[in-house]
Amino acid sequence: MGMYAIEIQGLSKNYAVGFWKKQIRPALKSLDLKVDVGETFGFLGPNGAGKTTTLKLLMGIIFPTAGSATILGKDLFDPEIKRKIGFLPEQPYFYDYLSAPELLDYYARLSGVSASVRRQRITDLLGRVGLDDVGNKQLRKFSKGMLQRVGIAQAIIHDPEVVFLDEPMSGLDPLGRHEIRELIQQLKDEGKTIFFSTHILSDAETLCDRVAVIHKGELRGVGVVNDFRSSIAEKTEIVWVGAAALSATAQLALEHHVTGDTVRATVQSADLDRVLEKLREQRARLISVTPVHRTLEEYFLAKTREEEKEVVPK
Amino acid sequence: MTHQGKVTAICAVLFVILFVGSIVSRRRVEAVNGSQATLDEVLYLPSGKSIKKLSLGYSSLLADIYWTRAVQYFGAQHIGSAAHYELLSPLLDITTDLDPNLIVAYDTGSIFLSQKQPDGAGQPDKAAALVEKGIRANPANWRLYFTLGFIHYTDRHDPKAAQLAFQKGSEIPGALPWMKAMAARMAERADDPATAASLWQTIYDTTKDTGLKDTAVRHLTSLRVESELNELERRTKVYFDRHNAYPEEWSDLVRDGLLRGVPVDPNGAPYTLRLDGTVRVQNPKDFPYLERHKPPAK
Amino acid sequence: MTSRVSAITWNTFREAVRDRVLYNLVLFVLLLVGSAPLFSQISIGLEKLMLVNVGLSSISLFGVIIAIFIGIGLVSKEIEKKTLYTILSRPVRRWEFIVGKYLGLLLTLAVNAILMAVGFYAALLIFVHGLTAADAGLLVAIYFIILQFMMMIAITLLFSTFSTPIFSAIFAFALFVIGTFGNDLKNLAAMSKGANKWLITTASYVLPNFASLNVISQAAHDQSVGGQMILLNTGYALCYSIAVTVAAILIFERRNLK
Repeated sequence: MGMYAIEIQGLSKNYAVGFWKKQIRPALKSLDLKVDVGETFGFLGPNGAGKTTTLKLLMGIIFPTAGSATILGKDLFDPEIKRKIGFLPEQPYFYDYLSAPELLDYYARLSGVSASVRRQRITDLLGRVGLDDVGNKQLRKFSKGMLQRVGIAQAIIHDPEVVFLDEPMSGLDPLGRHEIRELIQQLKDEGKTIFFSTHILSDAETLCDRVAVIHKGELRGVGVVNDFRSSIAEKTEIVWVGAAALSATAQLALEHHVTGDTVRATVQSADLDRVLEKLREQRARLISVTPVHRTLEEYFLAKTREEEKEVVPK
Repeated sequence: MTHQGKVTAICAVLFVILFVGSIVSRRRVEAVNGSQATLDEVLYLPSGKSIKKLSLGYSSLLADIYWTRAVQYFGAQHIGSAAHYELLSPLLDITTDLDPNLIVAYDTGSIFLSQKQPDGAGQPDKAAALVEKGIRANPANWRLYFTLGFIHYTDRHDPKAAQLAFQKGSEIPGALPWMKAMAARMAERADDPATAASLWQTIYDTTKDTGLKDTAVRHLTSLRVESELNELERRTKVYFDRHNAYPEEWSDLVRDGLLRGVPVDPNGAPYTLRLDGTVRVQNPKDFPYLERHKPPAK
Repeated sequence: MTSRVSAITWNTFREAVRDRVLYNLVLFVLLLVGSAPLFSQISIGLEKLMLVNVGLSSISLFGVIIAIFIGIGLVSKEIEKKTLYTILSRPVRRWEFIVGKYLGLLLTLAVNAILMAVGFYAALLIFVHGLTAADAGLLVAIYFIILQFMMMIAITLLFSTFSTPIFSAIFAFALFVIGTFGNDLKNLAAMSKGANKWLITTASYVLPNFASLNVISQAAHDQSVGGQMILLNTGYALCYSIAVTVAAILIFERRNLK
């Protein structure tokens, strides 16, 4: 088809701050990103990095200072494209005087779901997100986890092609998170494009095809998750007993920890044979030899610690 | 054009059209209604005192609003020569109930009330009652006595009552000396145009209402004409006494040394000498306030 | 488009109802029922007059208070609570949202007024013992009150798009008071001169005029209102309300939400 699910070009957002609104605080600096159709894309960053700002720009809640974006090939300000996207905001608040079916019915109407399929779809969806027993209880009585499920339901009630989730796991207990992860996996299996922002790396690792790391408004890097899993381990971790042997290997050890007589050291995989030689000479007792894969966490930390590439515009 | 651009353009155009529409329709409403209709409620209001309670402490502001309405109402009737001023008295009553110390409502308002139509409502008794109400609420205000005296003299033709008013007013501390002089005039020279002239002159000097000032000027002019006519008739009488016949032309009086030239009115038109020795103005319409030298009724 | 607007309209109405706004009707009925017997004690023969005055003034005042209380939050509450996020991510145009909110509050107030009118006529029936043909004229007064609501809702909605609830309430209430003296402002404009005259005249057209919409005294005295007046006043209220709503749309369209 040749079109991207999401294509962002030079998207920037500056806020005017200060008492006289003279100072500029850049919340997003010239973001360039492409997400393929059917991909599950993770948008990672610490709090305040610009993840929510990006999502608000894409939804048309705020307007960009510069740049543009298209969703499924259409400009993001085209209202019709909104029929094909769903959005779950961070810590959502819904009309608390409505019941779950009423809320979903309202949203379904606004998204153009026809009357004939509406009622059935609402019932099915409530079952799917595990809320089939809430009846007519008003949303003000829902727990956080229940609200999050309603949130997912309203995001997909109109069967969108692209789903945007902002911190979908926030505030959930482990069971809740498991269930939401399951749901996202299902959406993924249905072929939907999923774009979700989070600062929980394990979730991204499990669900995403690719991730982008954003920090202080800047895109720091984009990586393929599988690459982290299948990469050749550059380092190896060795655990042995025989602290005396450390001196012989000290030069080659990148880092080491000693607890009593047990040493845990990390060495370059290329140096592995030489180190093992030395340890055998020293009659150290090997406990374990483990290749260390580059993790997503490492990638994340590396990218967020890099110096900023651009000078902040005054 | 982007979606947002389209919406903005349509909205901007709509806004201008509709705003203009609101102005147009509102003006039509006012044209049909007259700004009077809402004033009719004044006839139905139970009393100024109950409004005062409802106004929650903002009664003097409300009084100002009602006074403004009274002035507008008076002006509109005046200009439109509708000459029906029924709402004026209720309006002034409510104004003064709301703020008993609003002097201008008493002194200017009562004159609006008392003047003969079409200059005013032609209700001098109500006007006098209004001023008396003002005097009760503001006993230290001696100028209100002047207004009372003025009304008694000018519109109620009761110089005795006028004299009493000026007298009482002159006794209030701070009263200017001419109040006493005015009382004296009332007693001795009630019929003298000069008396009326000094009253109107005082009105002219003290009022802030431009309409009233204009009225005062017109009265003063008429009074001046009145006294000139009186003086000219006195001289024709002298001529008659001398020659046993009335003069036929002004030049007769000039030859007799009684006049220096043809007498003209303040507008420059010569006075008309009648065969019976009376003198009249050439254009009575210029001097509508002449009392004793009115043109003969048709 | 209409289905989205009507969905928002209905939801706004539903919110007002569930917020127990309509309970003010109870207060209204109590007021009427409680005060009506007093009127005959105050002055015989004027019971109907006073009942009409109290009844119609209450319908008007209660409605304006509700218009302000709900109106100031129409948009600002949704921004504050972020419920707008899930609305704007849908094919809802921003202007549809504004229009839907407006119609929803108007529907609420119209229903409120109609129910009050029913209670009011019932009170007339009971306390004044019978209705006359002239009482149909009261309907015109109530219609004019609804026209007033139309304008007040637009005003509070406009403030709601950019101001906090407290300031919106203050401005809206101030405009209501000034609007009540709309004709006096016009008079003031007529009496002033020069630059002041332009200023005050412009102000008197920009600010709403509720004075000519207030026919309560006429209704109380069984004076009918001419058809031309009804038409012109309807035109004025419609033009003004829609113009102000359009202004609200213009502001909301370009607003960066929190």
